[in-house]
Amino acid sequence: MSDFSEELIESKTEDDQEESYVFSGTGMSFPWLQNHIGTIATGGKKEKDFAQTTSACLSFIQEALLKHQWQQAAEYMHSYLQILEDSDSHKRQAAPEIIWKLGSEILFYHPKSNMETFNTFADRMKNIGVMNYLKISLQHALYLVHHGMLEDANRNLSHAETWRYGEKSSSQEVLINLIQAYKGLLQYYTWSKKKLELSTLDEDDYAYNAASQSMLNHSCKTSVNLGALIQTPGVWDPFVKSYVEMLEFYGDRDGAREVLTNYAYDEKFPSNPNAHVYLYNFLKREKAPREKLISVLKILYQIVPSHKLMLEFHSLLRKSEKEDHRKLGLEVLFGVLDFAGCTKNITAWKYLAKYLRQILMGNHLAWVQEEWNSRKNWWPDFHFSSFWAKNDWKEDKTLACEKALVAGILLGKGCRYFRFISKQDDEVLRKKIKRIKKSVENHSIVNPGL
Amino acid sequence: MDLEEAKEFKERCTQCAAVSWGLTDEGKYYCTSCHNVTERSKEVINTGAIPNTKIQAINRGLKRKRKLEKGWDWYVCEGFQQILYQQAEALKTLGVGPKLKDEVLHNFWKRYLQKSKQAYCKNPVYTRGRKATVLEDNPSHSDWDSEPDLLSDFSCPSFVESGPDSQLDSRTQKPFPISKASQSASICSGSLDGVKYSQQKEKGIVKMTVPRTLAFCYLSLLWQRETITLSDLLRFVEEGHIPYINAFQHFPEEMKLYGRDKGIFAIESWPAYEDIYKKMIEIAKFLDLPRFPDITEDCYLHPDILCMKYLMEVNLPDEMNDLTYQVVKMTGIGEVDFLTFDPIAKMAKTVKYDIQAVAVIVIVLKLLFLLDDNLEWTLSNIAEKYNEKNKEDKPWFDFRKWYQVMKKSVDEKKQKWEEARAKYVWKSEKPLYHSSIDRAVVYKRREMVVSLQKQFSALTDSAPTVEKKSPSSFQFNWTEGDSAGTCFHGHSLQGILKKKGQSLTTKNSLYWLSTQKFCRSYCKHVTTYEESNFSLSYQFIINLFSFLLRIKASSLHEEVSLIEKRLFKRKYSKTQKKSRSRKRRKY
Repeated sequence: MSDFSEELIESKTEDDQEESYVFSGTGMSFPWLQNHIGTIATGGKKEKDFAQTTSACLSFIQEALLKHQWQQAAEYMHSYLQILEDSDSHKRQAAPEIIWKLGSEILFYHPKSNMETFNTFADRMKNIGVMNYLKISLQHALYLVHHGMLEDANRNLSHAETWRYGEKSSSQEVLINLIQAYKGLLQYYTWSKKKLELSTLDEDDYAYNAASQSMLNHSCKTSVNLGALIQTPGVWDPFVKSYVEMLEFYGDRDGAREVLTNYAYDEKFPSNPNAHVYLYNFLKREKAPREKLISVLKILYQIVPSHKLMLEFHSLLRKSEKEDHRKLGLEVLFGVLDFAGCTKNITAWKYLAKYLRQILMGNHLAWVQEEWNSRKNWWPDFHFSSFWAKNDWKEDKTLACEKALVAGILLGKGCRYFRFISKQDDEVLRKKIKRIKKSVENHSIVNPGL
Repeated sequence: MDLEEAKEFKERCTQCAAVSWGLTDEGKYYCTSCHNVTERSKEVINTGAIPNTKIQAINRGLKRKRKLEKGWDWYVCEGFQQILYQQAEALKTLGVGPKLKDEVLHNFWKRYLQKSKQAYCKNPVYTRGRKATVLEDNPSHSDWDSEPDLLSDFSCPSFVESGPDSQLDSRTQKPFPISKASQSASICSGSLDGVKYSQQKEKGIVKMTVPRTLAFCYLSLLWQRETITLSDLLRFVEEGHIPYINAFQHFPEEMKLYGRDKGIFAIESWPAYEDIYKKMIEIAKFLDLPRFPDITEDCYLHPDILCMKYLMEVNLPDEMNDLTYQVVKMTGIGEVDFLTFDPIAKMAKTVKYDIQAVAVIVIVLKLLFLLDDNLEWTLSNIAEKYNEKNKEDKPWFDFRKWYQVMKKSVDEKKQKWEEARAKYVWKSEKPLYHSSIDRAVVYKRREMVVSLQKQFSALTDSAPTVEKKSPSSFQFNWTEGDSAGTCFHGHSLQGILKKKGQSLTTKNSLYWLSTQKFCRSYCKHVTTYEESNFSLSYQFIINLFSFLLRIKASSLHEEVSLIEKRLFKRKYSKTQKKSRSRKRRKY
């Protein structure tokens, strides 16, 4: 026997200890890393093949779902369920949620699946592990709502609502609130259906009283259900909206205002433009003073300068007596037009053209220059290129005219956009273009002498 | 004494209608003929009124649980014997001769029990000489009785395994499930010695484990010179033809497993080649086995025959047999002394027959095509042109075409293999639990999984998800003369060889060594395999074969290097003067 044969045997014994064991315990997974780990042959205390195949199985399910191969996904799911018996308690406890998510997805789309299978699946999954009961109940209810089974959904939520398990953790408390709120939302739906019915009835009718009475009952329950959730910080737009609608319907304006103000201004809540929109609309309905409306929209302006309410904001500011409000009015218009989605907003251009003239006549050249300085580098190409001139003219002549006026004021007579429009010979618009030329002549901020 | 006290209870058993009652430790009646335990306990009958009925209820609950845990008294080694028995039976159905089970494996196992002092010796570990009879078809096989000197001493109570066991009287020898011993043992394991076994760490004794059962199987196969290689054996295990994972499922109903037994018998990994190989040598040494029967040229495990088999398997021309034959001859790896396993030799080692044969083929491919990502394609171009012009003749072997065919089929196979693995059912129908507290939870979990599985299998087609392959030592099937022309067995090597005088020489006169310098440090790695350092063709070949054998690519690479070392001995003895060794080869 040659000596290498000894090495042959010896080499094996060390093999196992040499290679290290690679496993990432975090929930993140990099597909390439997964493959890499797979190719690293490990020995000794290596990951068990069971763990390896179940994770492979999981990726097969995910792949099948991605490709909408529900059949295959169900097949792999059959094997993946073994993970519920994993001796690794970490994996075992994390499994129900994964199984629920994947399984409900499969059952939602699988052609052979039906309501019944889904319901049995959901009921089984709810009772695996304590922490999933509420989450699954809620998603189950949403599934039922999706299929129009409102009553079943409501029953489900009621069950979940009363569910208790020892010391509730704080996360579970939020979930219970959420479940109650969804229940509230379902009740709101019935309520608003009743409201619609009521509007068709005659007030003197006997049925009217009964209907309004039951409506009132609904609203009571609903407000209890919705109220709790809205107190907790979060984004609860649909809940807030329906809650406010009911409050308003029963004349509780102060209550509604309080809810909305709290929703918009409480610092614990995440920044949410809709909160301000709801408050603004409410205040507008209430005919609140302009000052108040401006202060609400000011915040919205800071969050979403391109919001469609900004033009309304501009009108409010324009009418204000305060000088800084009027200055802000200009800022707001420029701000709106900074966004690509608003480039063809004719109202915005119209407002700007009109307001520029107004401001320049009011001798506030500095305001205009202040806004223009930061934009003069990119607006000419962004708005006033010859391409846009041709394009706008072809698509919307009025828009082109408004833009030409603005271009002329800001860039002078020589700018491409203005030149293109002013050269156009159009029967209808001849007069208008002439007026524009005159305005530009009078108001252009570019010194013609230079 | 229990039986005496139970005499006053005269009702018929609800299960078997016999009137033969014994008393359990909790004072309940059980039927001695069918082991059914009644809900009635002695106290209730005697005193009539128990003030706290709650106690009674709790008692009853406990009782019901315990009843299920009771079974035969059995030892861990009997469990392994049971597995070996199943495996031997499975091998028999695979076509292995009956001698393997009845003589070879049986003797190895007996020898193991003896060496590990569990039976067939003067001082067995267990006091009670419980005959291990499961392996035999006939429990009173003459083998067991003919060696009385080896059998343990029944009456010798000198050695006791644990405290409570020392009080055992002769009654426990009856095939009677309820004894004090089983009750005390049942706290932590179903087997009598499960707890002790899992703690035992005696030096010099090779403890039995489930993977070692396969080492036993392979040793017996090797002894019998059967036509199953280690990689075949392990593949059959993975394909489910040989019991391994959850082998305990098929234990007799009365052999209860729980607690520590779980750690001993539950397996969550497939066997790995290197691991079983190592264990096999270890066991052979431990058993002090003599030199194995010679592996001669007519044995399946001889490299010449295995090379032929693997050439067929990977669809290479039959003509390559001549070349593998020569390499085997030049390196001396076909000699009887080299091939035959001798555990008593100073450095016991055995040849990894399958890996070695495959490595020879890799070397031949390197000799013919160099596999430098260049020459093999040039040669392919020549062969392609020739084949186009001479459609009538025997076609020249076209490496490119072969690569395309093989790549496609290997990728498909691999994909299917991975899918089948992902769908593998690991968990047994008979779940194992750690303690009686776990029991209900574990069973409930099992039930839940089964019901969920039922739901998802209703969604799939009625066809079984993984069709069971019938066992075969071939994984690919290439038939001559199929329309697609994907069989290369009959292709000729003419384009690659040239005449030189009397003999044929390879056109390619270059060669590169898979390993330049062998590692001699204490890490004992002979060589390492960093895939990216090698040509793509070489990687493909190595990956193809290592997939076929289900081994690590690095093991094959190592084997290739070691054979090259023998083949180019002179080059190596010149102590690597040149960094890249090139050598002319003639045939």
